[in-house]
Amino acid sequence: MVAVLAINFTLIHAAPGDPASVIAGEMGGGDQAVIDSIKKAYGLDKPLPEQFITYLGKSVRGDLGMSYTYNKPVSSLIAERIGPTILLVLTALLVAIVVGTLLGVFASLKPKSFSSAVVTIFSLTGLAMPVFWTGILLVILFGKVWPVMPIAGMYDVRNYGATGWAAALDVLHHLVLPALTLTLVYLAQYSRLARASMLEVLSSDYVRTAKAKGLHQGVVVFKHALRNALMPLVTIAGLQFGNLVSGAVLVETVFSWPGLGTLALDAILGRDYPTLLGVLTFSSLFVITANLLTDLSYHWIDPRLRGK
Amino acid sequence: MTSPIDMTETTTNTAPLLEVRGLGVEFQTRGGTAHVLEDIHLQLRRGETLGLVGESGCGKSITALALMRLIPQPPGRITSGQILFEGKDLLQLPEAQMRRVRGNRISMIFQEPMTSLNPAYSVGDQIMESVRLHQGLDAQAALARAIEMLEAVGIPDAAGRVHQFPHQFSGGMRQRVMIAMALACQPDVLIADEPTTALDVTVQAQIFDLISEMRERTGTAVLLITHDMGAVAEMTDRMAVMYAGRMVEEGPTDLILSRPSHPYTQGLIACAPGRNPQSHGQPLQEIPGTVPSLLERQGGCTFADRCSHTQPRCRTHVPPSTWVQSGHRVMCWLYPDSEGARA
Amino acid sequence: MMTAPPLTPDMPIQPQQKTVSTLSPWREAWRVFRGNKAAMLGLVSLILIMLVMVVGPAWYAVDPFGIVATPFHEPFVDSRYWLGSDYLGRDIVAGMLIGGRATLLVGVSSAAITVVIGISVGALAGYFGGWIDVSLSRLTELFQVLPALLFAMVLVTLFQPSLGVVICAIGMVSWTGTARLTRAEFIRLRGLEYVNAARTMGAGHWRLIWREILPNAMAPLIVSATLVVGVAILFEAGLSFLGLSDPNVMSWGMMIGANRRHILECWWAVTLPGAAIFLTVLSVSLVGDGLNDALNPKMHLR
Repeated sequence: MVAVLAINFTLIHAAPGDPASVIAGEMGGGDQAVIDSIKKAYGLDKPLPEQFITYLGKSVRGDLGMSYTYNKPVSSLIAERIGPTILLVLTALLVAIVVGTLLGVFASLKPKSFSSAVVTIFSLTGLAMPVFWTGILLVILFGKVWPVMPIAGMYDVRNYGATGWAAALDVLHHLVLPALTLTLVYLAQYSRLARASMLEVLSSDYVRTAKAKGLHQGVVVFKHALRNALMPLVTIAGLQFGNLVSGAVLVETVFSWPGLGTLALDAILGRDYPTLLGVLTFSSLFVITANLLTDLSYHWIDPRLRGK
Repeated sequence: MTSPIDMTETTTNTAPLLEVRGLGVEFQTRGGTAHVLEDIHLQLRRGETLGLVGESGCGKSITALALMRLIPQPPGRITSGQILFEGKDLLQLPEAQMRRVRGNRISMIFQEPMTSLNPAYSVGDQIMESVRLHQGLDAQAALARAIEMLEAVGIPDAAGRVHQFPHQFSGGMRQRVMIAMALACQPDVLIADEPTTALDVTVQAQIFDLISEMRERTGTAVLLITHDMGAVAEMTDRMAVMYAGRMVEEGPTDLILSRPSHPYTQGLIACAPGRNPQSHGQPLQEIPGTVPSLLERQGGCTFADRCSHTQPRCRTHVPPSTWVQSGHRVMCWLYPDSEGARA
Repeated sequence: MMTAPPLTPDMPIQPQQKTVSTLSPWREAWRVFRGNKAAMLGLVSLILIMLVMVVGPAWYAVDPFGIVATPFHEPFVDSRYWLGSDYLGRDIVAGMLIGGRATLLVGVSSAAITVVIGISVGALAGYFGGWIDVSLSRLTELFQVLPALLFAMVLVTLFQPSLGVVICAIGMVSWTGTARLTRAEFIRLRGLEYVNAARTMGAGHWRLIWREILPNAMAPLIVSATLVVGVAILFEAGLSFLGLSDPNVMSWGMMIGANRRHILECWWAVTLPGAAIFLTVLSVSLVGDGLNDALNPKMHLR
């Protein structure tokens, strides 16, 4: 894992072109002297490997540099924005997992029935819909047709400075639509996966044994079958959580949700390299951590993997 | 159906514990309707061991599943018959009551010990589940019982291993666990569906011994489904022979083995290598031909195409069951019964 | 011609076929596919979409970037601009027709790159094993860890955003899935008897990979490839929605993105292209599912 991290850093650093001239270009002047002074200020005049080591050293200590555009330390920017993104993605994931698994289980119990077909169709369409389009549709629905939910931002500007219960409710209110959008996509995946996984498990021998013991159908399904069907679901859940930022970018943009996704986008458009690097690094770290956690959870779920 | 001559002189009970009458099962497949079982009749008495034999695909396992009402109903369907357990027809029971029978009064062990135990739970948990459900024991009592059962089936260090998981046991041991689980509630009937087919030869003998031993201890009646004629010879009191979904011969084991009446039974026994010492060094016997399709039901006896003694009416009329001796019946036109034919 | 009915436990093998099925596995798969209504629907609609994309712009020669009408012109009102106009006054119909080309082009090409890289890496890793496998697997892991959309966004911005770059970027972040699948298939297949048989007859590595193993690995790979196309299309749509794709090429995603701030006034400019994306991806998915059913022998037993 650590090796992957190190290679990761190298790759990321190899990528950007010459930042200084770009910055200079943005500032409107291409004068060599200006470029030189910029380079000096940002430590860009040192040879690349040295830059890298410095960066590595600093980031281990949590210093990811200063944002060009915001003029704030990158790490604080990330800290600010991570909360909203996690809130959004976690909510969507949890709802999707719970509902999706239930849907998938019920669909698997009656494989040829109407409800099963509905689930399949639903998941097919859900997966085909571009997530930002879904978001936009919801915006249109709630913006024009039925204005019940706020469609942008995370806080109501009028409530700025409010704390406690009122603030929390406000956030929740704003959370509904973006979370709903994201949930729909995840839901499509989970119900499909749950159904397929359950179908396979339900036809296995130990389920037959459980029935032969005289166990109630509900017990058979939820206790015996589901436990064994969880593996692929957990895998996907872990992956999706890890891919937090990527997954959220589009939704955050549609709903102007102040999370890491929008931060990344702004950084890209504004050529704010430190921020961008910081976000990228952070995301990668996040993915690695999520993968580790997923691996650990396998041990808990499947006794065959324990004690290795 | 012919009226049976009274054949109960061998036991003290008059009524069989488990009796199957005219059972028929169909399966809907893409190619049509498969008549998997037709007119099956069986009797099992208290404490008796009945062997059910026949080649692969003749419907033995389906019969067992039907007894437990575990036939998956969408593709499968029980079309006719009764399954009388202590006089009550199991097929008429509401599902809730049937559940009380499964695992409790009638238990089953399966062919594949490797996959028949849930890998996610310890063996103790799985045995305890059964006991707690049917006998209402609390956790401690259930655990004690689980350990007791594991010891009874010969698992060393039962108290230590009760919390281990199926993958930590070998195939033979897993089958022992299955047996422990099946007998934990002291059922009246144990159905063993080819319990040793998937195991090594050396382990097979051990498992059969175990079943015999448990049967002695608990007085459970056993329905042993197998194609191992040696096991049948050693373990069973009576045996029934099936072919292509139909019963062909039924009666006391030693009688049938020494003087098989149905041509198919004769063929089966002749096929078993090593039965006849004089046949050493000779090519293995086989029954010519192959099993007919269950989809296209011709009229008449299912064995007609492969039988060396066919008469014209074998192909047109299903032979009725005839009592050759007391307790021994055959379904074959070679032994016609005075009541005439039935199509 | 009769095909064998599916086997259920306890059913005897069917010995008396009236005729023997002589179709090769591919023809057989096609037969199953044809019977699958949903898959055929997907295929038909996909072909239709492609036809429209190819023929449409030639027949309806309007520059999608050209400002032809008053902004926010509503659809179905004026027969000159069937689908109305967007916030700049650009013709929606033109946008839809031309946009399709870009979307499909990028989708298919990046899927192709993904598949090529993925299969190469996976095949080599799976076939050779040993240190080649280890290093290639590490490489795969590395790329897998990179957050896909973000990284693609970065790549596109760094090197001038043109279609080619977009295609490559998508390919770069998506190949890992295919690689893993291929590797697993190769590992499974290389242990099979017929490979050993071929080897004893003197087949060299290259021949083994190409002629013996790869054809048998194709089935799941083809299914995976169709899925990749769907994903790639969505990916491209996302990138152009964010404004990161080639600004000179109109695509459906771009139409949605450009009109993002005017959703409430101009809903048709965002809804319609989105619907188009949706339909295309749905068709691809249906075809993919149909292929999965057709090529996967297990399914026949249900």
